[in-house]
Amino acid sequence: MRISVVTFPGSNCDYDAYRVCLSRGHQTKLIWHKDTDLANPDLVILPGGFSYGDYLRGGALARFSPIVNEVISFAKKGGLLLGICNGFQILTECGLLPGTLLMNESLLFICKHQYIRVETEASPFTQSIGKGKVLDVPIAHKEGNFYTDSETLKQLQDNNQIIFRYCDKQGEINLQSNPNGSLDNIAGICNPQRNILGMMPHPERSATDTVPTQDGKWIFEAIEKALE
Amino acid sequence: MLKAKIYVKLKASVLDPQGKAVTNSLHNLGFTDVLETRISKYIEMNFTSDDREKVSQEVEYICNSLLANPNTEVYQYEIVPLEQNLEN
Repeated sequence: MRISVVTFPGSNCDYDAYRVCLSRGHQTKLIWHKDTDLANPDLVILPGGFSYGDYLRGGALARFSPIVNEVISFAKKGGLLLGICNGFQILTECGLLPGTLLMNESLLFICKHQYIRVETEASPFTQSIGKGKVLDVPIAHKEGNFYTDSETLKQLQDNNQIIFRYCDKQGEINLQSNPNGSLDNIAGICNPQRNILGMMPHPERSATDTVPTQDGKWIFEAIEKALE
Repeated sequence: MLKAKIYVKLKASVLDPQGKAVTNSLHNLGFTDVLETRISKYIEMNFTSDDREKVSQEVEYICNSLLANPNTEVYQYEIVPLEQNLEN
């Protein structure tokens, strides 16, 4: 599989994603944000970090980087696109995904392990994992409080576009298991065509044997199986 | 030359946890009559043009395409002469 990981000025999870993809045997390239060629990938990853210092709003300035036009056209042709954390913020700012990531309700930067529940198998990012599976995937953000108007939320629910929701170890979804105030405990959503996933948790930080949890591997495996 | 004074505010329907924290601090300071605080962004932008209509159109476009997120924010602005503002 060919994977392109985009580096923006201020990205800081690009190498984590790059190394995980390499370690899984994929041809992986880091693509600088000023490039205009994505190198013909099967999957594009917009990594976490603080693109452009999060100036104005998280992800707001990254959307004007030259490579983003290529990312949009790749995704509109059906290419698989995964936005993690700041990558998710960029996807909402580009209009590829609905909603906005507001400041956490606690106003704090939250960095911890977090359980998320797979809400649907109907996506290339989860089809081999199975609905209801609880994953331990770390979060690290200050602006991850997913918000949208009630009409859009209903569309996300009705179209089965909510891919991950924050939960506790048992998979219960409630106020206590919501780390940042996200509407409906939303941790990750996809587009109606289901080829674009934005998620706040970091699967690339839990996908190698050198870190305490490896549940992020499930997501990389699912993508590999979907592209087989 | 002209100056645009731009305010980008959270929509009334969007919770503002920063504003809430400031209200709590003000209550602790003794200002118990403060009902609500909302935190906004104020942006100043100077233009070489003297054409108000042109600058207005540009500011509208800039607000819609970059400064404000239409999902959560609203904007308003005024355009004033740059010289007058410098004197002040």
